[in-house]
Amino acid sequence: MTTARTTGPRSASPARPPRREGVADRHGTGVGLPGWMWVPAGIGFLLVALPVAGLLWEADWAAMPQLLTSDAALSALRLSLLTAAVSTTLCLLLGGPLAVVLARGRLNRWPGALRAIRSVVLLPLVLPPVVGGLSLLFLLGANGLVGSGLDAAFGIFIPFTTVAVILAQTFVAMPFLIVSLEGALRTAGERYEATAATLGASPGLAFRRVTLPLVLPGLASGLVLAFARCMGEFGATIAFAGSLEGTTRTLPLLVYLQGETDVAGAVALSLLLVVVSLVVIVVGRPRGLDGRG
Amino acid sequence: MSGVELTARLERAGFALDVDLSVAEGEVVAVLGPNGAGKSTLLGILSGLLRPDDGRLRVAGRPLLDTADGTFVPPHRRGIGLLAQEALLFPHLSALANVAFGPRAQGAGRGAAEERARGLLAAVGAAELADRRPAQLSGGQQRRVALARALAPEPGLLLLDEPLAALDVDATPAMRTLLRRVIADAKQTALLVTHDALDALVLADRVVVLDRGRIVEQGPAREVLARPRSPFSARIAGLDLVPGTADGTGLRTADGVELHGHAVEVVTGEAAVAVFPPSAVSVHAERPEGSPRNVFRVRVAALEPRGDTVRVRAAAPASGPDWVDGLAADVTPAAVADLGVEPGHAMWFAVKATEVAVHGMK
Repeated sequence: MTTARTTGPRSASPARPPRREGVADRHGTGVGLPGWMWVPAGIGFLLVALPVAGLLWEADWAAMPQLLTSDAALSALRLSLLTAAVSTTLCLLLGGPLAVVLARGRLNRWPGALRAIRSVVLLPLVLPPVVGGLSLLFLLGANGLVGSGLDAAFGIFIPFTTVAVILAQTFVAMPFLIVSLEGALRTAGERYEATAATLGASPGLAFRRVTLPLVLPGLASGLVLAFARCMGEFGATIAFAGSLEGTTRTLPLLVYLQGETDVAGAVALSLLLVVVSLVVIVVGRPRGLDGRG
Repeated sequence: MSGVELTARLERAGFALDVDLSVAEGEVVAVLGPNGAGKSTLLGILSGLLRPDDGRLRVAGRPLLDTADGTFVPPHRRGIGLLAQEALLFPHLSALANVAFGPRAQGAGRGAAEERARGLLAAVGAAELADRRPAQLSGGQQRRVALARALAPEPGLLLLDEPLAALDVDATPAMRTLLRRVIADAKQTALLVTHDALDALVLADRVVVLDRGRIVEQGPAREVLARPRSPFSARIAGLDLVPGTADGTGLRTADGVELHGHAVEVVTGEAAVAVFPPSAVSVHAERPEGSPRNVFRVRVAALEPRGDTVRVRAAAPASGPDWVDGLAADVTPAAVADLGVEPGHAMWFAVKATEVAVHGMK
């Protein structure tokens, strides 16, 4: 018995290099697209690009360092980064398992239950954030269902605190993580997990060593999206947490406040948010956001 | 008591499976059956993805399922491996890490697991691919790595689910031969699900024919396939088989008759079987001359009308070799009439060397 005769003609061929999707071939022509498509596409692009360019045009570049390092600005930036980081972590710890349950869970006795749960969980995606903030206030406020109990039992009062900012951000940002991760889990499918089981891997081990690595890109993109949503959160925050400097006044709230009185300051802070957003998109490069699926 | 013992009954809308199956230790049993015969259901019950209404399963003496006392061992603790149609290599792991996955899951240390993985990769002729990711492997290479991975945890039973389907035509014989050798070397107990009679012939000791959820026929692979008794086995088998020993130019039967044919991945001196379709066999009243033909003297046993053709079934002539018993030739009704073929007559069967494939055999 030799191994030579087991090598078929195909196995002798050199391995194909991994396909590099998204790398344009300058000789490729594609199938073409209707020419008129460029016009609305261009207008759409301008609708996004021009306002940002306008900000750059408006900006008082000489005063920029001073505007950005004011106490109010630094305090808001620090608060925004802190709350967004904590909220994104909460999204991961709560939304991650929720996405796994929605993608993989089986409730044989209540077949429609998971679909109903998904609808509720994704509600903040379409709900006006300010409505979300008010709902949180009604639930956790002094007279709220849970809030009055918390106050009476532990003396805990959440609204208008940094905790409220975090809850508001988590409320609006979690669906972004869930959608992204659930999609990645469904794309990956259960076949690899079933294969892992036939190799002796327990569900926990299969999840750690097979499922998680497979959905890592989807999870990363979900985290980036959630973080970006947290950084930009306005409506739910102002309704539930108010705008108290150092405690609940995040960057977007400061921008709104200064827009009334100090336009140059508002423009400078807006540019800061643009930069943060660009960094998130470029560095995090969420899947599906750069067109590479 | 080692090996596999299964009895299972499962009913679903419009389908019922009722089987009683055993596989001896180190034995390879092929399950042949048409679509919807219950092959996937059978695999599901064995691997633990389906729970039968009634059933008992023991592998290597260990009870894995018993509906009477509620025993149900989950898939990952059954020690039942699966090699499916698709390789399904974990895309984020190298070939080596894929193969080492099973031993690692069983608690082996990294070093021991990788050593075993290297050994198995070498056994499937993929040692040099150890560091590649699945995306850098061809389809055939992926299959070989998947085979090594399935064997790595030393499963008490290996399920082979159409392991040669969806493979390139030119890669199939090599993979079939590899499977045969590796499974034999590992003395692996295996259940092969296939619709290809040749797979069963080359890989299996025993064939079980499943039809509409029931076992309709079983026995040694060559007997079932050469002399099928159920209509389904006749339809899938429908091949002429001559056992013997491979030699350079074809096959030599036990009584020394030389059959010319082309060898398919087989080594001279190995037990082999010559395979040809009945449609390639012509029937003659006189011994035909010329051209590279194999010619056998036969006695006509029966004539079976099969639509446009008539199948002439042979029996051993009084003085001739007994291996022609059961061989079939498909000829036109006109030829039957011209030659005056009738049961009991002595005739000659001829088949061109180019139509005869010689395969290695269990």
